[in-house]
Amino acid sequence: MVEQKISESGATTSISAGHILQPGVLDTSHGVVLYMEDITVSFDGFRALNNLSLAIDVGELRCIIGPNGAGKTTLQDVITGKTRPDSGSVFFGQTLDCSKMTEPQIAQAGIGRKFQKPTVFENHTVFENLELAIKANKGVWNSLFGKLTGEQKDRISEILETINLASLYQWRAGLLSHGQKQWLEIGMLLAQEPRLLLLDEPVAGMTDHETERTAELLNSLAGKHSLMVVEHDMDFVNSIARKVTVLHQGSVLAEGTMDQVQNNEQVIEVYLGR
Amino acid sequence: MKFTSISGLYDSRSWLYLGIATAVLCLLFPIMNMLVPEGSIFHISDYTVALSGKILCYAIVALAIDLVWGYTGILSLGHGLFFAIGGYAFGMYLMRQIGHDGSYHSDLPDFMVFLDWKAYPWYWKFTDHFWYAMLLVVLVPGVLAFIFGYFAFRSRIKGVYFSIITQAMTYAFMLLFFRNETGFGGNNGFTDFKRLLGYDITTPHMRLVLFVLTGLTLITLLLVSRAIVSSKFGRVLTAIRDAESRVMFSGYNPLHYKLAIWTFSAMVCGIAGALYVPQVGIINPSEMSPSNSIEIAIWAAVGGRGTLIGPLVGAGVVNGMKSYFTEAFPEYWLYFLGLLFVLSTLYLPQGVLGLVNKIKAKKIAKAQAIAAQTEGA
Repeated sequence: MVEQKISESGATTSISAGHILQPGVLDTSHGVVLYMEDITVSFDGFRALNNLSLAIDVGELRCIIGPNGAGKTTLQDVITGKTRPDSGSVFFGQTLDCSKMTEPQIAQAGIGRKFQKPTVFENHTVFENLELAIKANKGVWNSLFGKLTGEQKDRISEILETINLASLYQWRAGLLSHGQKQWLEIGMLLAQEPRLLLLDEPVAGMTDHETERTAELLNSLAGKHSLMVVEHDMDFVNSIARKVTVLHQGSVLAEGTMDQVQNNEQVIEVYLGR
Repeated sequence: MKFTSISGLYDSRSWLYLGIATAVLCLLFPIMNMLVPEGSIFHISDYTVALSGKILCYAIVALAIDLVWGYTGILSLGHGLFFAIGGYAFGMYLMRQIGHDGSYHSDLPDFMVFLDWKAYPWYWKFTDHFWYAMLLVVLVPGVLAFIFGYFAFRSRIKGVYFSIITQAMTYAFMLLFFRNETGFGGNNGFTDFKRLLGYDITTPHMRLVLFVLTGLTLITLLLVSRAIVSSKFGRVLTAIRDAESRVMFSGYNPLHYKLAIWTFSAMVCGIAGALYVPQVGIINPSEMSPSNSIEIAIWAAVGGRGTLIGPLVGAGVVNGMKSYFTEAFPEYWLYFLGLLFVLSTLYLPQGVLGLVNKIKAKKIAKAQAIAAQTEGA
């Protein structure tokens, strides 16, 4: 497969590298979508993240749990470029260095993020929210003169079905219920077609039924996308988790399946057993 | 699935109103000013034409601030600066048109003779060409806004901090323009204009031509602004106002969007300034005073932010009141303006236009209730 790539582009010089580097394009040929190594972030002397290292595989659904102040949200801030690490490196695929990219660049490269508090454009309709999120050229010129393609419209109506808001597409997003806003935000992420989705407490404030459906949705996304889910709701984690990472005081305390983690003595001490 | 949410620029009814407004400005005003005899109650005096022309210029500025404040959530308290700079740029051309008719009968404007300057400074070069001056009218405010905006938005300065910096900017420029050595006539600024494109500038005909031009410019810019805010670009602007972080994580760079609308807005102000100066016959640094810029924001607040039409109404209402108050009770105008601002913020957060919409909605609801009742009976 590697050889085929080379012969297609006609390049021979990069044989030693195995494949051709394309600047700005996600390269996951080693099967890992996100590497974080020795990340440290301090706020006024408080170490929110402390030499944290973490790797997420392509197509993986990873749950991050941990007590308050463990650094879960800071971790997502670092990945999406909102917070710059004091030291350490974050790589998206093999080649994209997130610590050198701006938030919009990281988003365009393929990392989508859902906030803890549902953040949608409240004065826009549900349709417009998805229109703004959909993968497209996001430059000023294109926004002024560009039109939605038929393909994009199909994609939007597909997403509307997925997030169960098809009948409300003309509603102002501010009128939606809390759970619907959470779904809309997830829909906006899907519209971006990200390779990696970061979800911060996606089921907070949802009814049991909605939570169940969200679990179904996330399970169906894993494989096509890689997901990192921060959650407090243990039942929910149980229903989706394949691999769980426990954070404590800014570092990884334990990693493994839910069973392994739940039986880990250190974890029981700081988190589960009280 | 078919989506029906995307509509045209305006609905047919709004187009009708817009057509009527254009006809009033371009036909009714000239006819009532020139053809209706002076004694008739339908006569519009030259004074009214001049005052209305001035207000139309202010309305253009109000439109410009609505784009940045109402739609993008950036409150500028320095838009008076861009307005004044546009005015100065066109004023340079008007000064060159005076020719030898100044009181010193020199090649140079009177204030330069007074400073004992022998030649025009470099930045006055080519300003005797009309089109070059018109270019300066949009380019100078545009470039200044671009540079200022780039540094402010790149550093993510927002909210009240941004507003304070814009106040400081216009104040700094006012002090600069007050100096005689700056080469723009010091505290007297430019005045005593004689000609525009060779025609006498003080005649009622010229006033009327400028008035109609201002009206047409306003309507054109209104349509352009409407096209902007109803494009996807406009929706991104509103999204930046409501949830900037979501915009960033959706892959848009807010810096580019803010910078584009901010620069466009400044250019529009420059055009308004250029139309204003020949109509009032003077431009001086007091136009850059911080209070002028605050007043501009009040027009938008009173009229209704984020509606385009609202700020135009606001500019008309506030300035209409101003011209009445400053004649009737000159000392109390500023108190009244302050009161108006406080009251409209407290009781009319959506401005006059918001009130109108509310009344309309109530009427519709009432009509529906009555219809439902009669149906039930």
